[in-house]
Amino acid sequence: MTAAVDFTHVSRQFGSGAAAVRAVDDVSLTIAEGEFFAMLGPSGSGKTTCLRLISGFESPNAGTIRIFGQDMGSVPPNRRHVNTVFQDYALFPHMTVRDNVAYGLMVRGVDRRTRMARAEEMLALVHLPEFGGRKPGQLSGGQRQRVALARALVNEPRVLLLDEPLGALDLKLREAMQDELKSLQKRLGITFVFVTHDQGEALSMADRVAVFSRGKIVQTGSPAEVYERPATRFVADFVGSSNVLSPEQSARLGGPARWTSLRPEAIRLAAEGAPGTVTALRYLGAGTRVSVALEAGLDLGVLLPAGAPVPAPGDAVRLTWERSAMHAMEGEA
Amino acid sequence: MSAALDPAHPARGPGDRLTGLFWRRPWVLLALLLAPPLLWLGVVYVGSLVALLWQSFYSIDEFSGMVVPELTLKTYAELLRPSNADVILRTATMAAAVTVASAVLAFPIAYYAARYAKGRWKAAFYLGVMLPLWSSYLVKVYAWKLILAKEGIVTWAFEGLGAGNILNAVLAIPVIGGNSLSTSYIGTFLVFLYVWLPFMILPMQASLERVPATMLEASGDLGARPGQTFRHVILPLAMPGVIAGSIFTFSLTLGDYIIPQIVGSSRLFIGQAVYTLQGTAGNIPLAAAFAVVPILIMLVYLAVARRLGAFDAL
Repeated sequence: MTAAVDFTHVSRQFGSGAAAVRAVDDVSLTIAEGEFFAMLGPSGSGKTTCLRLISGFESPNAGTIRIFGQDMGSVPPNRRHVNTVFQDYALFPHMTVRDNVAYGLMVRGVDRRTRMARAEEMLALVHLPEFGGRKPGQLSGGQRQRVALARALVNEPRVLLLDEPLGALDLKLREAMQDELKSLQKRLGITFVFVTHDQGEALSMADRVAVFSRGKIVQTGSPAEVYERPATRFVADFVGSSNVLSPEQSARLGGPARWTSLRPEAIRLAAEGAPGTVTALRYLGAGTRVSVALEAGLDLGVLLPAGAPVPAPGDAVRLTWERSAMHAMEGEA
Repeated sequence: MSAALDPAHPARGPGDRLTGLFWRRPWVLLALLLAPPLLWLGVVYVGSLVALLWQSFYSIDEFSGMVVPELTLKTYAELLRPSNADVILRTATMAAAVTVASAVLAFPIAYYAARYAKGRWKAAFYLGVMLPLWSSYLVKVYAWKLILAKEGIVTWAFEGLGAGNILNAVLAIPVIGGNSLSTSYIGTFLVFLYVWLPFMILPMQASLERVPATMLEASGDLGARPGQTFRHVILPLAMPGVIAGSIFTFSLTLGDYIIPQIVGSSRLFIGQAVYTLQGTAGNIPLAAAFAVVPILIMLVYLAVARRLGAFDAL
C-alpha cells in the first residue's frame, strides 16, 4: 500500500546566509492511508511548516514530498487532493455559509443545484443544517470551526490537514470537538494530519504522534509509546510533565546512569523509600500534584490520585516506585 | 471622610474635578468632542449645500438677467438643453473613464504594496504615492501641459523612436483626438488620471491589506486557480476600497474645472460651466443646478454599487 504522505529528507529554510532559519530540517516521515496523525511540538518547531509543505503553500528546499506516491514537486496547492482546516478558519466573510462550503465545488465548475445540495449534506454532517443562509460573521467560534471543516470535506480530499483547529475554542467545546473529529475520521476513512501544541489533544485523538523540536522529528510512535517511553529528554518534558533525572540523579535513586524519565503518576507515598519533604501542593481536581524535595538532593513531582490521603507542606514523606518506571532516554533537550 | 485623612488620594484640583465629571456623565465629554465637528459639518457644510440646492430651484429672468426667487423646475429643464446636457454627458464620461483606468492602474500597485512590500519598500511605496500630492496641483497640471504639448517630450520621444505616426494615428481618432495631446480629450484624461491616481491607490491598498493571507490560501487549497481566487475572493473583499477610491476619482473629476481648462479641447466640463455661470454670466440658479448634478450622479452610483453587493464585505 502506498503511503498517504511521504517525506524523504525534506528541508525548508527561510531567509538566507547567516540569518537563515531551518524551519524543517531533514525530516523523513510516512503517514499511512486512513491514519489519524498528529504533529506535536512547541511553536516554532516546524510542525506547521510541515503541514504547509503537504498543502503546497511552502516548497521544500531539499527532499521529496509524495502524496499517494505522486511527487508533489511541481504540483500547486489547487491541484493537490488535500484540503486544509485553517487555524483562523479563513472563511470568506462576503459569502454565506452555504456558498463557503460549496466554494470548492464552484471553482471546479459543479452546477449550482448539485453543489448547493452537497453543501447542505456537508452542513448536516457537521450538525449545522440550519445555518446555510448565514454569514460567517454571525456564527460562534465553534460553529465557524464546523463550517471550515465542512468546506474542507466537500471536495472529498484524500488527506485532510488540520492546523490547530481547536486552538480558539473553549475547553468544553474543544473536548466535544475532539470526540467528533475522531468519529468523523473513522466514519469517512480519510487520512487526517493534525497539527497541535497541546499534548493532551495529540495523545487523545491520534493513532500516531510525531513530536517536533527545532525543525526535526524527535520521536514518532503511538500515543502510549510517546508518553510512556519518551525517546529524549525533550519528549519527556514536553509530553506530559515528567520528572527528568540527570544520569547522576538517576544513579543515586537506583536507576540507570543515563538520562531518565519518571512519570509523576508512577510514584507513590509509602512507609519505605526515598525520604523527603513536601514543598508544595497543586490541586488538580482529578488528583493532587505534590512537589517533594528529596534528601538525595533533587525535587520530584508526584501525582496522587483523588481520594488518596494528601500530605501537608512541610511533612516528611517517603517515595517509592517500580524500577521499571524509570525510563532511560537520550539526553537531547 | 476628608481628603486630608487619605494620603493616597490628595486634594483634588480643577482638572481632577473635570475628569470626575466626565467619568460620571460620559455624554458631557462626548458632546464636547462632537460639538465642533457637528457645527462645522452641520451648519457650514450641510447648510451651504442646502442653500445651493435651494437656489437651483430659482430661475433667472431672461430680460433683466435678475434671479427670480420663486421655486420652479425651469432651471432644471434648462439643464436638459442639448448644449448643457452635452456638458454633463462629457463630464460623466470622462469621470467614468478616469475612474476605470485608475482602478485598473492602481490595483497592481496597491496589491503589491499590501501583500509583498515590507519595511523600506513599504515606506518607498507610501512616499511614491503621496509625493505627487505634496506639490502644487497647478504646477503639476502646467508641467503636464508642457509634457503633452506638440513640441513636448512625448511627441519628441515618439518621433525619436520612429513612432511619430502612431501618435498621429491616435490623435487622428475623432472626438478624443486633436491637434496635439495637450489640446485633446486624451490629454485631459491623462492628466486627470495622473492627478487622481493616489486617491484610488490608497483606499484600495488599505482594503487589500485587511484581506488575510490565509483567505487566499484557503481559496487555492479548495481548488481555485489564481484567476478564480482573484475573481471570487480578492476582488469582492477589495471592493469597498475600490468603491471608496472610485468615489474620489469620480467626484473629483466631476467637479474639477482647472484641468480641462489648461489641458484639452476648449469644450466645457461641469466645473467650468459652474465657474462661468456664477461668474460672468451671473446665472446662479443654473450654476447651482449644474452643481447638483455630480451629487445626483454620485448618489445613483453608490445606490447601484450597493445593489451590486460592493459593500457586502464591509
